[in-house]
Amino acid sequence: MDFLRPASWEEALAAKAEHPTAVPIAGGTDVMVEINFDHRRPEYLMDLNRIGDLCEWEVGEDSVRLGASVPYTKIMEHLRAELPGLALASHTVASPQIRNRGGVGGNLGTASPAGDAHPALLAAGAEVEVESVRGARRIPIDAFYTGVKRNALAPDELIRAVHVKKADGPQQFSKVGTRNAMVIAVCAFGLALHPRTRTVRTGIGSAAPTPVRAKTAEEFLNAALEEGGFWDNGKIITPSVAKQFADLCSAACNPIDDVRGTASYRRHAVGVMARRTLTWTWESYRGARRTTEGAA
Amino acid sequence: MRVNFTVNGRPQEADDVWEGESLLYVLRERLGLPGSKNACEQGECGSCTVRLDGVPVCSCLVAAGQVEGREVVTVEGLADYARQRSCASDACGTSLQNAQQWEATGDSQTGEGTELSPVQQAFIDAGAVQCGFCTPGLLVAADEMLERNPTPTDADIREALSGNLCRCTGYEKIMDAVRLAAARQGEAV
Repeated sequence: MDFLRPASWEEALAAKAEHPTAVPIAGGTDVMVEINFDHRRPEYLMDLNRIGDLCEWEVGEDSVRLGASVPYTKIMEHLRAELPGLALASHTVASPQIRNRGGVGGNLGTASPAGDAHPALLAAGAEVEVESVRGARRIPIDAFYTGVKRNALAPDELIRAVHVKKADGPQQFSKVGTRNAMVIAVCAFGLALHPRTRTVRTGIGSAAPTPVRAKTAEEFLNAALEEGGFWDNGKIITPSVAKQFADLCSAACNPIDDVRGTASYRRHAVGVMARRTLTWTWESYRGARRTTEGAA
Repeated sequence: MRVNFTVNGRPQEADDVWEGESLLYVLRERLGLPGSKNACEQGECGSCTVRLDGVPVCSCLVAAGQVEGREVVTVEGLADYARQRSCASDACGTSLQNAQQWEATGDSQTGEGTELSPVQQAFIDAGAVQCGFCTPGLLVAADEMLERNPTPTDADIREALSGNLCRCTGYEKIMDAVRLAAARQGEAV
């Protein structure tokens, strides 16, 4: 094994072009487990910790450019207002020790269906900034996950950052597991209200071969909210609408039975989380509406 | 490969390090510092917790080459680290020899006659050590939390220690110990 230590992003791209099998390591919370257990013996290990700007973020007009290695701890501390869904998801990642090292770039690189960041990214709307010596491109998050632990990266590409849309409404994240810390999601659900476009977006984790959106459920809810004038009148969402939305979210799952849970449990739990996160975010939207518009 | 980094305030050099080796292995097997414990090797248990540039991490998940030029504090250097923090004296650190020979030279039941950090003394006084395997990781994690948050709530303590597993105590004595350390820290100010 060779240990590559690029001191800059350009050096890292050159090294990855020369050695496309090189495994990038940043927080190491996935890669080192595989090496410790002898599940993986990469020819080249490429340390990205010396590239400082991977740990930086910029808050722009419409989105946050989040460096691939910004640890979850920083997201929780500094980006709660801009990226509430991702901050909530970050808080459920493993333990403080892991959150101090791991970041969204690693979650995307590993592309496990159980990665905690994915539902939040899908719900908020995001693009993954990847680059190789051939050039840079942005991959929409919906096109990023291509299979179980597979993503749209070419062998010579590295993840540099993720551009996440700034929240324009309430966002929620929910995760099922046996305790609050150190849990790989049995299943997870992210939901974001986007009042500006009058749409709702979702993200489902650990209940299909890849993280997915419940698109049929979103379309149904968008139409129902529009039809009932809910965005304007701020009424409580009709229970039958919430139930139909939850059922459609369950139907969007394609889960398996495994040690963490059964397929039918996952489908059920996703429905419950869908209804709850919709209620939480909608109550928060109604509350904010009352405050800003002063309606009695 | 060779790795140069700072351990407990002193520059160290580890030779013949395999490229896929963890920081934990380097500390234990190359530098002779077995205080950080090796249990799960997958970041689940926290018994290998050390501070890397001040931040608590699982040393089993840090590749050795990643610590080049960086600073590590292990449980062997915790007493010295805590002393320097409290009196803001000149950093002198713990030599490798002293760290390797670190043991409770006085009474290991009461901690008397041994230089301990306040959190170590609190663990002894509260009876928070049973088999002791999880203790080093808990000490490093608890010490860092008390540095950041001198008046933690129970929820804060549980959150800070949520990545450290203990299979003996049921955590109640550990909670007592951290509360005790926080209370003593408050009195001292």
